[in-house]
Amino acid sequence: MSLPKAVEAGNAFSIQSTGSGRATLYIVGPEQVLKRDIRLGETTFFPSGSLYNAGRYLAVLTGDSSTESGSFDVIPAHKPVNLSFLARPSRLPVGLHDGITGAVYVFDAYHNLITVPTQVSFELSNPYGAVQKRVALTQDGAAWTAMDSTAQQGVDKFAARIGDVLSARVVIQVAGDPCGLKMSATKSGQALQLVTDPVRDCNGNAVPDGTIVTFTEAYSGGQSTVDVPLKRGIAEVQMAGHNGATISVASGVVLGNQIRWEK
Amino acid sequence: MLKTSLILCALFALASSIGSAQATVRVEPANLQGPRPLPDQTGEAAIRDYVQSWQSLSAAFAQNRTDLLDPAFVGTAKDKLAQTIQQQVTLGICTRYQDRSHDLQIIFYSPDGLSLELTDKVEYDVELLDHGRVKTTQHLSSRYVIVLTPAEVQWRVRVFQSAFE
Repeated sequence: MSLPKAVEAGNAFSIQSTGSGRATLYIVGPEQVLKRDIRLGETTFFPSGSLYNAGRYLAVLTGDSSTESGSFDVIPAHKPVNLSFLARPSRLPVGLHDGITGAVYVFDAYHNLITVPTQVSFELSNPYGAVQKRVALTQDGAAWTAMDSTAQQGVDKFAARIGDVLSARVVIQVAGDPCGLKMSATKSGQALQLVTDPVRDCNGNAVPDGTIVTFTEAYSGGQSTVDVPLKRGIAEVQMAGHNGATISVASGVVLGNQIRWEK
Repeated sequence: MLKTSLILCALFALASSIGSAQATVRVEPANLQGPRPLPDQTGEAAIRDYVQSWQSLSAAFAQNRTDLLDPAFVGTAKDKLAQTIQQQVTLGICTRYQDRSHDLQIIFYSPDGLSLELTDKVEYDVELLDHGRVKTTQHLSSRYVIVLTPAEVQWRVRVFQSAFE
């Protein structure tokens, strides 16, 4: 029996046998099995699409008086058709170094992992035209990359591409922590009106409404604290405004300015 | 036909000429591509679950039962193996795979921790039966590429592919 050394997935191939009489040819592997009744001494043709799952196959030829066997490989088709692209996270703050990662597995049309090194292009683009590109070579069918989240918030597209095969994911970039948090105070009747400037992160992105801003008034003999969600980009509140009080503002771990209030 | 095939394969599974000695397992130090460090426990669990998957495969193919693949395989690997078992049933054959040795190396742990790739230079025996009659028993070796993904309490094989060297 004359076996091919390797067959590309989905391609036609043939097996030549010797001798005479009838026999049965088995091709078995965990990936696929075939069985053919053949005439010894003839060439058995397997048309395109007969074996399409990559793997090592055992060929067994059993006749009336003898059994012959050998093995051969079915290798993945060369053309990538499917990319399994895992991108994380789907949402993150702006300005994080290597904050976005992507891993890709490359498959052919029969869902065989293409293990020969293949160049993958990764691209992260935002709506304002900023693009980051990376190129990686697969190793045993897998490649990965890391990208920085950009300075501007918005909905970015993260794509992996090989030739005309593209797989894309959406990555939402949101504003980071507030930066340069600043409030001002004005008298309002007997109370004190406190209002922040528009709250932005260090890249100038508006911090989303709903983010909590904490105002604290410390005065002789006590302290009062008020949590206020941002509305239309600012936070405002009325506090008692004790004479000699120190008023501070913060959001999360970010501290803003302090005001000392004298009536 | 289907019932006969299942019975013959089940009988064969009980009276196979292939011994069922435990396979030897050798683990090479991980040669990772990727930024994520691999905790020892994670690597050990993945390798343990992969080696056990050969038992699921062996039982499923010997008995022509696709349900026996469920604990160990998922996605493409499970679909392909189940399809092969259906082909065996149709053709009236069954096969028994007995792994003899594994030489394993973890080569990729994805940055998100949701997939892990390893290679296995595996030695195994395969026995072929047609309608209950043993046709041959052969010893084979191959280099497998495996992609595992985490399930509820274990790693499952998502890609199971012998790679041409």
